[in-house]
Amino acid sequence: MAEEEAYVDKREESGGAEGSSSRIREIVLPGELVGEGLRAGMGTYREGSKVYASQVGIKSVRAGYVNVIPINGRYMPKVGDQVIGIITDVGPTYWMVDINSPYPAPLHVNEVPWKVEFGDTAKYLNIGDTVLVTVSNVDEVKHVQVSMLTQGQRRLNTGFLVEVTPSKVPRMIGKGGSMISMLKNLTHCRMFVGQNGRIWIDGEPDAMVVAAEAVGLIEREAHAFGLTERVKEFLESRMAELSSSAKESDGGEDGGR
Amino acid sequence: MGGKSDIRLIDENGIRIDGRRRDEMRPVRIEAGVLKRADGSAYLEWGDNKVIAAVYGPREVHPKHLQETNRAIVQYYYAMAPFSVDDRKRPGPDRRSTEISKISAEALENVIFVEQFPRTTIDVYVTVLQASAGTRCAALTAASVAVADAGIPMRDLVAACAAGKVEDQVVLDLVKEEDNFGQADMPIAIVPKTGEIVLMQMDGHMTLDEIDEAMDMAIKACYDIYEIQKEALWKKYERLAEEEVV
Repeated sequence: MAEEEAYVDKREESGGAEGSSSRIREIVLPGELVGEGLRAGMGTYREGSKVYASQVGIKSVRAGYVNVIPINGRYMPKVGDQVIGIITDVGPTYWMVDINSPYPAPLHVNEVPWKVEFGDTAKYLNIGDTVLVTVSNVDEVKHVQVSMLTQGQRRLNTGFLVEVTPSKVPRMIGKGGSMISMLKNLTHCRMFVGQNGRIWIDGEPDAMVVAAEAVGLIEREAHAFGLTERVKEFLESRMAELSSSAKESDGGEDGGR
Repeated sequence: MGGKSDIRLIDENGIRIDGRRRDEMRPVRIEAGVLKRADGSAYLEWGDNKVIAAVYGPREVHPKHLQETNRAIVQYYYAMAPFSVDDRKRPGPDRRSTEISKISAEALENVIFVEQFPRTTIDVYVTVLQASAGTRCAALTAASVAVADAGIPMRDLVAACAAGKVEDQVVLDLVKEEDNFGQADMPIAIVPKTGEIVLMQMDGHMTLDEIDEAMDMAIKACYDIYEIQKEALWKKYERLAEEEVV
């Protein structure tokens, strides 16, 4: 979860170490010099001792590394990532899963928690089904494999999906899961954020709408400071609206009886 | 090129047909991120040229036999809209657009980190909505902004500009009339950070000295274009550079 930290406000750190009173998020463009004598982190490349940005993103320097956190870009699968996939094809011993990356990922029958007879694959998962899977293997030419053997992995039967830019996933989760747990608590929805930018939301219909709106808000303002507070305000006001309108309609029915 | 006309393309004061001096470029305006469905996009106006570029990818390669196991391929589709020229342009790929697509793809491959995305393709679609000479430079300039907008890792942007020879004088950035009735046209694309040339062609005839002069002019103009490209990306993303007092 190193990326996650890079995203989240570095208030405590900069406040304590440097004592600075203000910070600017610095946008860099490909080819721009971002550091000298530092180690090249994500979104950068090195030529001699100079480090340049390779993507449009936000520059961040920490622990001797200079990173550029990209603003756009596709999801690149990493081993261990929990992602939300959609079944695109069914074979006799595997399913093909779209994990929102340039590479489709096979899910082998040995990698699912059920005992599947040869050719019976379609009984368990079919085209269009949504599954929660883990990336179990990625080789040097990016052949990806996914697995459902880790605990909690299953088919997602209810709820719906929203998609965000994969580089904004750490922000969705927040430091130590603060953002997502706040979303879950305030909307009473079940949610899961896949590393591939797909977010699953399940709960009361009205609350799901609010949760999806909040996800949109986080995506739009992913780079703003004090976002957690803003999202909290947003959620509280929207949920209050919901409960008051629900009461009104309840009251109406009672009166009729 | 090679056509004859009675129009004076450059007058006795050295002023060209559209009022520019010899080393003056047409005004260029670029906007990044104009299309919602594409991963990255850009719209560009370069004098009377109007160009729109869309980038998709990296994504799976179809047909499969085009895919490279160790890197991404760049597929560049240059197309002119039927209404982009005076006579209707018959739609569909032709000899000229196939050539432009090939060389522009190779120019972009030089700056994109293709080895980071094995077995994929990066598709760049550029459509010329209105043409007035120098469209391949305009297209490549817009395309490189769109690639950056798509978040695809690259060493640097690519900036392009043309220079040529009109009425025995070397001039920068030819317009349609100069291209049709002038003596030479030489588009150049560079990687501004290193000064590498990633695209260079020439149509017509120039002496070695004239080529040197034209190259200097075009390369200098590329750096101006580069600034406009960066400005366009900046403009789209500057709201994210929020400042806050902690």
